[in-house]
Amino acid sequence: MSDTYLLLNGVSKIFKDGQGGQVRAVDNVSLKIKKGEFVTLLGPSGCGKTTTLRMVAGFEVQNSGDILLEGRNINNVAAYDRNMPMVFQSYALFPHMTIFENIAYGLKVRKVPKDTIRNDVAQACQMVNLTGLEKRYPGELSGGQQQRVALARALVLKPQIMLFDEPLSNLDAKLRIQTRSEIMRVQQMLGITALYVTHDQSEALSMSDRIVVMNQGKVEQFGTPEEIYAAPATPFVADFIGNANFINVTVRKDGADTLEVEVQDTALMVPKSPDESYGEGEELILAMKPESMDICDEETGFTGTMELISYLGATTEFKIEFNGTFLTVIHTNTGAKDARKFQTGDRVNLRFEPDAFQVYRS
Amino acid sequence: MSSPKNAPALKAPNPFYQLTREPLLLAAVLFLLVLLGLFILYPLFEVARMSLTAKDGSFTSEVYEYVFTHVRYRKAIRNSVLLGVIVATTSTFIGYVFAFSLTRAGIRWKKFFNTMAILPIISPPFMFALSVILLFGRNGLITAGLLKLDVTGLYGLRGLVIVQTIGMFPMAFMTLSGILQGIDPDLDTCAMNLGAKKGRAFFTVTLPLSLPGIFASWLIVFVGSLTDFGNPIILGGDFDVLSVQAYLEFTGMGNLARGTALAILLLVPTVAVFFFQKYIMKNKTYTTITGKSSRRGVVVVGPVVKNILFAFCLLFSAFVLMFYITIISGSFIKLWGINWSFTLEHFSYSWDVGLKTMRNTLFLALISTPITAIMGMVIAYIVVRKKFPGKHLMEFLSMLSYAIPGTCVGIGYILAFNKAPFKLSGTAFILIACYVFRNVPIGVESGIAALKQISPDIEESSTNLGGDSSYTFRNITLPLIRPSFFAGATFAFVRSMTAISAIIFLVSARWNHMTVLVLAQTEIMRLGVASVMSFALIVVLLAVIMVIMRLTGLKQSQIFGTTK
Repeated sequence: MSDTYLLLNGVSKIFKDGQGGQVRAVDNVSLKIKKGEFVTLLGPSGCGKTTTLRMVAGFEVQNSGDILLEGRNINNVAAYDRNMPMVFQSYALFPHMTIFENIAYGLKVRKVPKDTIRNDVAQACQMVNLTGLEKRYPGELSGGQQQRVALARALVLKPQIMLFDEPLSNLDAKLRIQTRSEIMRVQQMLGITALYVTHDQSEALSMSDRIVVMNQGKVEQFGTPEEIYAAPATPFVADFIGNANFINVTVRKDGADTLEVEVQDTALMVPKSPDESYGEGEELILAMKPESMDICDEETGFTGTMELISYLGATTEFKIEFNGTFLTVIHTNTGAKDARKFQTGDRVNLRFEPDAFQVYRS
Repeated sequence: MSSPKNAPALKAPNPFYQLTREPLLLAAVLFLLVLLGLFILYPLFEVARMSLTAKDGSFTSEVYEYVFTHVRYRKAIRNSVLLGVIVATTSTFIGYVFAFSLTRAGIRWKKFFNTMAILPIISPPFMFALSVILLFGRNGLITAGLLKLDVTGLYGLRGLVIVQTIGMFPMAFMTLSGILQGIDPDLDTCAMNLGAKKGRAFFTVTLPLSLPGIFASWLIVFVGSLTDFGNPIILGGDFDVLSVQAYLEFTGMGNLARGTALAILLLVPTVAVFFFQKYIMKNKTYTTITGKSSRRGVVVVGPVVKNILFAFCLLFSAFVLMFYITIISGSFIKLWGINWSFTLEHFSYSWDVGLKTMRNTLFLALISTPITAIMGMVIAYIVVRKKFPGKHLMEFLSMLSYAIPGTCVGIGYILAFNKAPFKLSGTAFILIACYVFRNVPIGVESGIAALKQISPDIEESSTNLGGDSSYTFRNITLPLIRPSFFAGATFAFVRSMTAISAIIFLVSARWNHMTVLVLAQTEIMRLGVASVMSFALIVVLLAVIMVIMRLTGLKQSQIFGTTK
């Protein structure tokens, strides 16, 4: 494929687990990333996302598989020759150097003339609003400013590709959202290809062109945020991205693009892919998005017991005991006292929107 | 779940990967292992071999049987242990009170007490023994002069407990203030918040949390007392201890085999403690730091306790200070206890007798210090940052010499290096080697601590920005470990200048050491001259430390790693 910029082909990494055994931290991962694309590696801690990033950066050597940049195999290119500046979770600023020296570091290594260094650093500082702080030391800056130094230190090299290792996880919530858009702005402006590691699904959904959901070293799904949210390929993705509720259902009747399943002796129509066919009586897992469910006053045939009500402002989150499991339902508040008419212990009727469902074979 | 079909064949990680890719690393590792083997293991092996070899060259354990069946040696063993137990207990107690007062109680004059608790470290080994003779001896200022007592019980256990406690409580203090600073004051606050009174909070939270530290410090002082040579040779009297017995047997009576056997008897407990510390205690320390601590300097004692602690620190500091003042006064008194008139003749005599030795002592310490510090830092760097088989052996060997009593090292070096192919005895080289390998653990330890504080992220970040490993080492790692490098160097320097137990075996007429000279003067009761020389040694030490601090911008707390 000609428009592939970064290619990972069957990349695996094994670590020793300390008891003489081996752990496949990254297991046969293949990815094709296009030029200028913002791709996020998303997953819980220990899923192999950071190890994958570190292999791209050259800090870890894969046990098998190839990494290609613009069609060129970079397996044997040393980390310091890869020219893929990375923003670290800890920022990794050099504590004994000023902000200027920190940002100029990569240029100095490349023996760029002093005048050019001064211009480029000034430009990078301007780009991330650091002008005026050049003479300070990292210890004298706030977390947000340190983060921007780390960003400037990478940007000043005018890279084609940048790597991010959970760069926002040490910022407070408000600053995190601000910095998200700052990173996106610069990345789009300069047309940089970005490989971004995070465990925060809202960060991934809001920033990425495409998301790689990883679990236990494997790629669960690779797609646009919309695809991953609307049609999670596996129960893991449904859970990790959409915090889905899972219940066991039995197939009653298989249709062309719908499936009739049975829950609590009541029939429920579920959309399905036309390529799949299911046998009558087959046990399936049904995933339901909390925000596509609601409670209502009318009889729906599905009743549960209200266990917990958390008022969150725009929405209210209910925990409802249903069929032996607990379901999370997110209700959008309309009036001031809208959600307050319910109390724990109430019997409530559940309503599902058709797009709430996704079925998986168990 | 991946079927074996699509799982690619995986190469087993090659343990020699880094070594084969970096020839410089391979060369350094081999070179260091050979040096450590030659100067740490080989002499030890020679000591053990000598103690187990009969006159005709065959294997025998009869020397040990002799030692264990004769009252003189059994008594020396018992005495050494008894002294060690008492001194470890008193020193740890005093060290704990100091450490607690300075880190937790918020008492006044912190800086002064801190200095008093460090000063004994930079003092010649038997300076306190000398002082104690001047103060409490047969012609002592206090005993004979003020109280008109005829004291004879000073030599032996009583005197040794006093001088070793003063000399060794700083070790306990430094260990314990580190431990106490690691205990989050929020825990105390929390205990009080849960209803515990201040005293109860201390006994239920702080004290239990510092128990591993107390135990560790007790062991460190115990070993220190056991292997101390300078104090017992002066103040021991007929209270025989192992280190002195080993020395006397080996050099005085020419009974080499019995000397080595006694040295091995010293080695066994120290190595046992070393192993215990390194491999058992390591997992026993509590980690209390979880989450963000407010780290406020909470004062966790009431005003009464605070005053008691202050008074204790003040009294003990005054006691320590008195010993220094005594030495200084002793330098100017004609004949202590008999003729109290002022004189400078001890100075002129010391100048004539000691100048060359002082120059040599300083010269050898200044040569060996940078070698020690650089070697320690290189070992630390390799151990922390590189992966290769034999890495743990290297760390173990470099730390092992901490555990080897000086007496053992001295005897070992004589046995190992007085014959071809390593004929070194009588040269400056053997003394330098002795300093370097005795002190290299200091460099290694401070280097490891410093490197572990630098997160690998920072070095990786440099690599990521284009710096190869030598560029990164020069521009990032080296500047960041600079303070601990100089701290380690300073400590190594102090230890070289105040060494005695090993080098007393190795000095020669050409290359003498100040401490050995002071010992000789003390033995012939030239106490005035001995005072001058001890005093001079401290002055030279302080001057060099001051110069290092000035040149590097380091503070006292950075070098001796105590309370800030």
